[in-house]
Amino acid sequence: MNRVVITGAGTINALGQTVPETLAAMREGRCGIGELEFRDVERLAIRIGGQVRDFDAQGRFNRQQLSLYDRFTQFTLIAAKQAIEQSGLVFSGDLAARSGVVLGTAGGGVSTWDDNYRSVYEDGKNRVHPFVVPKLMNNAAASHVSMEYNLKGPSFTVSTACASSNHAMAQAFAMVRSGMAPAMVTGGSESMLCFGGVKAWEGLRVMSKDACRPFSLGRSGMVQGEGAGIFVFEAFEHARARGAEILCEVIGFAMSSDASDIVMPSKQGAARAMANALDDAGVAHDQVGYINAHGTGTAANDKTECAAVADVFGAHADRLMISSTKSMHGHLIGGTGAVELLACIMALRDGIIAPTIGYEEPDPECALDVVPNEAREAHVEVAITNAFAFGGMNAVLVLRKI
Amino acid sequence: MSIQDKVIAIIADQAVLEPSDVTMDSTLEDLGIDSLGLVESIFAIEEEFDISIPFNANDPGASDFDISSVAAIVAGIEKLMAESKELSGRGT
Repeated sequence: MNRVVITGAGTINALGQTVPETLAAMREGRCGIGELEFRDVERLAIRIGGQVRDFDAQGRFNRQQLSLYDRFTQFTLIAAKQAIEQSGLVFSGDLAARSGVVLGTAGGGVSTWDDNYRSVYEDGKNRVHPFVVPKLMNNAAASHVSMEYNLKGPSFTVSTACASSNHAMAQAFAMVRSGMAPAMVTGGSESMLCFGGVKAWEGLRVMSKDACRPFSLGRSGMVQGEGAGIFVFEAFEHARARGAEILCEVIGFAMSSDASDIVMPSKQGAARAMANALDDAGVAHDQVGYINAHGTGTAANDKTECAAVADVFGAHADRLMISSTKSMHGHLIGGTGAVELLACIMALRDGIIAPTIGYEEPDPECALDVVPNEAREAHVEVAITNAFAFGGMNAVLVLRKI
Repeated sequence: MSIQDKVIAIIADQAVLEPSDVTMDSTLEDLGIDSLGLVESIFAIEEEFDISIPFNANDPGASDFDISSVAAIVAGIEKLMAESKELSGRGT
């Protein structure tokens, strides 16, 4: 079994278009959520989100690329470039043949579906661009990363709603740990902030009209975000042999399925994922200093998650820190675990815990240290990151300082 | 702009060339247009002239629409436009 480390990280999200920009925003407790801007937004009841702004796709990609890259693919390629450049890896020969890319997304090319449905249904057109299918497919982003960086090993896309990225990164971790691949590009991406995407979410009545306030009494629901987080997971010995900079170590994971309800979370399912991940990592529960929560800001998730943490950690639950950065970048759905992994890296590497902003008043059902409103300095040896999806599918990763 | 000039403009755009580099004798292969580029060119021509081109990417040679050169494409478009005019004339 190989030890697995992270040697590259990249992102674009509502807080920033690079990792340093994003971590700076998290340190400052800055909110990236604002008024949504896109066609027909005035017909929506929900008009806020963590949108990526000042994003010049035309300046970053040529016309041929744009005809093939949905926004979720564009985000992926931008984040992948940062991550792979930081890692210093160049994929050729045996390394290229055995390394792959596993990404998460819930919706794939949602705005491509939306634009083309509008064109044929609303505008009455009878013809769509020939690349609609290769542009909208859920694996488009992973495929373009594989082509751009010559990754010829195991590559696919995982789609488990809000846990997609964590499931994807768990797969990548397992592949490197087992020796199947020396390195894997992994993470996830989402871009549902378009009329049809938000309209669908409105239907569920779980979206907030004003802010995402995880764990706070009177919280009013989730707020969607968009963007990508991409990482290079690499065998420790491979990274050490080439003198690569190591951001942190990935030491375990677990997945569980609630097998109970299509939308309501289960305390038992969440608890099993956390407990099994710690078992897999071989760490004692009291070594965990920080939990990056799923923390969506819905009534149901936050109290269920806190109850699960209390069950798993017992008395130690009152000593660890747990925060939800969704309060700042919004819920990136299939990409969310990837962007949130950055908060774990910041905790382990920089000793800074990202806050849960928008926190107004304690909720007795969420009576944990949720690092309200202001970042905190702390020495953390082990962190875990939670993702609990609709459909009851959970994935938790465990990381360690190196 | 004539049909010929419009077709040359579309094909030049697809091949990332100047229209002056595209002649009536050019084949799409000469111009470096691959199979995806061909499908995109067909789409652009349909949009420009409001016609439906009988073209199946599985077997481009089998369709009635001749794509062997720019001249053949222009001739095919003229034929399709004449047919669609005739049809709409008959309809009213």
